[in-house]
Amino acid sequence: MGGMRRRLGVMIGLAALVAVGCGGAGELGTAGWPNRPITMLVAFGAGGGTDANARIVSGLLERELGQPVNVVNRTGGGGVVGHTAIANAEPDGYTLGYVVAEVAMMHWAGLTDLTFEAFTPLAMLTGTPGAVFVRSDAPWESIDDVLDEIDRGAEILQASGSGQGGIWHVTLAGVLRSLARDPGAVTWVPHQGAAPALADLAAGGVDLVVSAPAEARGLVDAGRIRPLVVIDTERHRLWPDVPTLAEATGSDWNALAWGGVAGPAGLPADVVATLQATLGGIARSEEFIELIERRGTGAIYRDAGGFREYMAASDASFGQAMAAVGLVP
Amino acid sequence: MDALGAAFGLVLQPDVLVAVGLAAVFGLFVGAIPGLTATMAVALLVPVTIFMEPVPAVAVVVTVVATAIFAGDIPGALLRIPGTPASAAYTDDAFAMSRSGEAELALGVSLVYSVLGGLVGAVVLTAAAPLLAEFALQFSSFEYFWLASLGLTCAVFMSAQSRVKAIGSLLLGLLVSTVGLDVVSGQARFTFGTTELLGGVHFIPVLIGMFAVSEVIRHMAASTSDLRVPARRIGNIFAGVAAVGRRHWRSVVRGNALGVGIGILPGAGGDIAAWIAYAVSKRCSRQPERYGTGHVEGIVESASANNSALASAWIPTLVFGIPGDSTTAIIIGVLYMQGLNPGPTVFLERPELVYAVFLTFFLANLVMLPLGLAAIKSATLLLRVPRDLLMPIILGCCIVGAFAINNAAFGIVVMLVFGLVGFLMEENGFPLTPAILGMVLGRMVEEQFMISMIKAEGNVLAFVDRPIAALLAALAVTVWAWPAVKTLRSRVAGLRPVG
Repeated sequence: MGGMRRRLGVMIGLAALVAVGCGGAGELGTAGWPNRPITMLVAFGAGGGTDANARIVSGLLERELGQPVNVVNRTGGGGVVGHTAIANAEPDGYTLGYVVAEVAMMHWAGLTDLTFEAFTPLAMLTGTPGAVFVRSDAPWESIDDVLDEIDRGAEILQASGSGQGGIWHVTLAGVLRSLARDPGAVTWVPHQGAAPALADLAAGGVDLVVSAPAEARGLVDAGRIRPLVVIDTERHRLWPDVPTLAEATGSDWNALAWGGVAGPAGLPADVVATLQATLGGIARSEEFIELIERRGTGAIYRDAGGFREYMAASDASFGQAMAAVGLVP
Repeated sequence: MDALGAAFGLVLQPDVLVAVGLAAVFGLFVGAIPGLTATMAVALLVPVTIFMEPVPAVAVVVTVVATAIFAGDIPGALLRIPGTPASAAYTDDAFAMSRSGEAELALGVSLVYSVLGGLVGAVVLTAAAPLLAEFALQFSSFEYFWLASLGLTCAVFMSAQSRVKAIGSLLLGLLVSTVGLDVVSGQARFTFGTTELLGGVHFIPVLIGMFAVSEVIRHMAASTSDLRVPARRIGNIFAGVAAVGRRHWRSVVRGNALGVGIGILPGAGGDIAAWIAYAVSKRCSRQPERYGTGHVEGIVESASANNSALASAWIPTLVFGIPGDSTTAIIIGVLYMQGLNPGPTVFLERPELVYAVFLTFFLANLVMLPLGLAAIKSATLLLRVPRDLLMPIILGCCIVGAFAINNAAFGIVVMLVFGLVGFLMEENGFPLTPAILGMVLGRMVEEQFMISMIKAEGNVLAFVDRPIAALLAALAVTVWAWPAVKTLRSRVAGLRPVG
């Protein structure tokens, strides 16, 4: 046993050496911010839309601040895990996060106590509307046809686009409520995300999908599905012929899957001032707008105050829509 | 064909080529060290691939698996210890050949037919996957439910060990897969109020624990010293390889066909393909009595089979997101992290990336020929690396890897717990692969079942309403009922009076 214990000791020692060797920078003071790398937490996985937006912002922020800005994905729990990590981070300006619309929804669903008030908003930077898609060979030519079908009630339509209580579920509920229809008149089929929901739509598994235009683009280009309406105040760049919800139905209800940079509550005032100015400059730069819009997302800028107001309004609007479909316990 | 041109452009980049070269060296090293498996090599590499572009990331994984499976033959031939489980089937033959002075031929045959097998698998993958994907576009939750159920069944049926223990292992995987937010209702399950478990148990730390940490624990627990490797000069390994191929061409064809077929089945990868190919080869051979005594025929067939199975295991992985074996289970994780969500739509939306993945299979197998030769030549050196140095480095890499998946120390805890679980399971003869497949497919079965039930408003008959779903259901029920039917028939036969 002595041999084994010695071996264990050597092993732990060497393992620690390897792990520390790969670790990197230690803790330093906070004066003269920023004088060490900044972490940008993202609550969704690498490769997704939120991650891509955060990476674009971080790349430009890194250039402006002269310090590395490392994107770190903390996924899970429909965004609860990552957003909690942002809110609980040390408020020293070295940990920021890309906060997105789920913050205005998950507390209503009872998943967490965390609300938008747990953050120091810095700048809203992106937003994408939802759009309604049907299969290419579906009998409906417009959203009115779909509404007629719902009113006829002969067969209950099935829709998907996100999980139960996910952003596109709540968006559809909001749309139906604004059109004086029962949000429960369409069955929501939960899927892990827009991609599997769109695949299920193409396969004939569901009748409608609500999702961001960028995510549906591939199947639309391949001629498998087509957009009926964009839930926004203006038409979408990808499909200028597709009407907005207001044009098609007169309802001006809209919601964005918004995102922006925020820190934990209690960020020092000088850090906030520097970040606000820097992010404002980035948001107005042609380079940023080009990078974001090429992905099919909208570059939508609001300053720190505007971002806070927007989050509060979004929180209230999503709360109403969620209550309407019985998602608020 | 624009996509194919773009794919060539993506693959023939200096960073991809360098990554493939380094991955081949790493794979050959890990594969040649007994106890370090191809699955472990991939698990250790996942955290590195997170920081790479999609094409080099996938190329690295493909190369490591192919080279590790081949390199497992080297210690098998020289020391009678298979480097990876995939070489175990024909280790006795290869070692007997070495003892009678034919080590060069044994290794030459392994290398050349591994490369050939890998290339055949790549051709089948390239030809079959896009066609299957076009077909799979019609698959809805009902079809996926049956496919995933069949996958779970295969995970148990294809296990080389006891079927009861395989079921036990599978159930553990299924239990772990239920932790976290339920996708359908959005409710937390088995999280004990912690935020960390809300995201579920990420299966990459589990994999690193089960396949790598368990080996480190085994090394600590066992008092075996380093391998005694006799110094040996290896001559020309290619002499006589072509003649063997001409004499045993039937074995080459059959080995590749078996490998490709078995690779497609979920839960069965290179090791099972090698065992089955060896058994089939023996049964079909004119000299079955020579198997196990240094006969080259079985080596030809199994070495072809274990490498051709690697590429075909990617067919269900890419088309349905259902892993073909334990390494492709990890690869699904890598694909998701790279934004390349497996499924039929990836063939429509990013065809150039899919073709680039196919091309990396050809590249990996071509690189294997010269680098494999170099590995054989330096085999003595490779096998003398002291374990006491190697194991702490592996443990260090495990810790870094488990942390990097979600940048949380919680991953390390998960890794250590499952390292211990994996060690205890293997010590008691429980196979690990069913647990991994249970974790990956468990979510899929549950989710697709619930989605289907919501769509059908609780009507169970909807599961056999669509024609493809009905076909898959019939297949699944047949497989489930088969053992019962067999038992019943033998009982009936036993009851009948003899004579």
